[in-house]
Amino acid sequence: MSGGSFYQRDRRWHPPAYDPGYKTSVTRSPQKALIALDNTLSELTGPVFGHDLLGPLDDDLIANFAKDGDPIGQRIIVHGRVLDEDGRPVPGALIEVWQANAGGRYRHKKETYLAPLDPNFGGCGRTISAEDGSYRFRTIKPGPYPWPNGPNDWRPAHIHFSIFGHGFAQRLITQMYFEGDPLIWMCPIVATIPDKAAVERLIAPLDMANTVPMDARAYKFDIVLRGRRSTLFENRMEGN
Amino acid sequence: MVQPLNRLKESPSQTAGPYVHIGCTPNFSGVENVFPEDLGKTMLKPETKGERIRVVGRVFDGVGAALKDALVEVWQADAAGLYPSPQEKRGTADPGFAGFGRSAGDMTTGEFVFETIKPGKVPFKDGRPQAPHITLWIVARGINIGLHTRLYFGDEEAANDADPILSRIEHRARVATLIAPRTMEGGMPTYRHDIFLQGEKETIFFDI
Repeated sequence: MSGGSFYQRDRRWHPPAYDPGYKTSVTRSPQKALIALDNTLSELTGPVFGHDLLGPLDDDLIANFAKDGDPIGQRIIVHGRVLDEDGRPVPGALIEVWQANAGGRYRHKKETYLAPLDPNFGGCGRTISAEDGSYRFRTIKPGPYPWPNGPNDWRPAHIHFSIFGHGFAQRLITQMYFEGDPLIWMCPIVATIPDKAAVERLIAPLDMANTVPMDARAYKFDIVLRGRRSTLFENRMEGN
Repeated sequence: MVQPLNRLKESPSQTAGPYVHIGCTPNFSGVENVFPEDLGKTMLKPETKGERIRVVGRVFDGVGAALKDALVEVWQADAAGLYPSPQEKRGTADPGFAGFGRSAGDMTTGEFVFETIKPGKVPFKDGRPQAPHITLWIVARGINIGLHTRLYFGDEEAANDADPILSRIEHRARVATLIAPRTMEGGMPTYRHDIFLQGEKETIFFDI
């Protein structure tokens, strides 16, 4: 989709930078106002990643770190579409995911939680959306995870998502949660999002229609990136 | 009732968290042999056109501590000022340059490093040249939505003075937070660019 500038971000829908309930944000949030910047080519363009980037197991977290068997845990498929705000598919979007294992343990040098690592689970994957915007991963459902925020705070089960659209202004990192998890509504990171309807957009429903019988349940997670104005009545970009 | 706009809302952002490296730079984080190389680690090829430079810096929080868990991404034009993107209609960018880089800060010092080339000038909406710049995007634990900023070059004084974005920033003293001085380190032109998330020296961040 070639075109004009991106629809402005609704920063009352996104979490604010400062939210004392999420303690680390207190010293990591700018105090001065953001400066509005009309999109130039620097924001309208963005990196393009081709399918030659991908290895055959990149979207299969059950297999891509396995040494001597499958990882332990609930086998699931996470699938959905990448769309823009006009509901149009966004093909060619690089999606990267990362997550803890079934016990809530991340494979990371700085991680010290006492739940054990799974020798067959790494926790990272990536894929590129198809022409219709669709994507899918195969993985293990992550476990909840305690963290030193409040004295007894636990993250809900979640998968981190990083998405590249067609312009660098669409760059987005978010988290996917699972339908029915009671920890969602207790979590200070979820609660940085002011609007309940916005939180619900990050909760993936169980999708029995796409569940593979006797193998893996499915969860559906659609991702919406910023939409783009038509160039019809915009000042013409240099060279257009 | 008027007709509904029927527009979707953007997926809300969430923090990248402390373990962003597992997904974005897995080899760096200790998850090895899933991807051959971390995405954005190598920006240059031998045939890439342009002046080789290093961009190094750290990200500081509001109490002056360097973040050791930030992830910084850069996006820039090639040496001729062309972006390697289908949206680029003015010509074909250098096929030896991807324009994208990604660096996890060193786990001890927090220093991020990009080995890249100095970009050429890119036009503003009205055709005036923008000064050479690199777009930076910063995510980390405690940052709820990625922060966009720009790096301009200290040795491009005349272009910076004429830059359509820099020149309309009201608080002139803050413009310096976007300009990296040029030094030589290990025989390599190096631009040192520290980013301050909060406080007196706070870097300018953009709503793009």
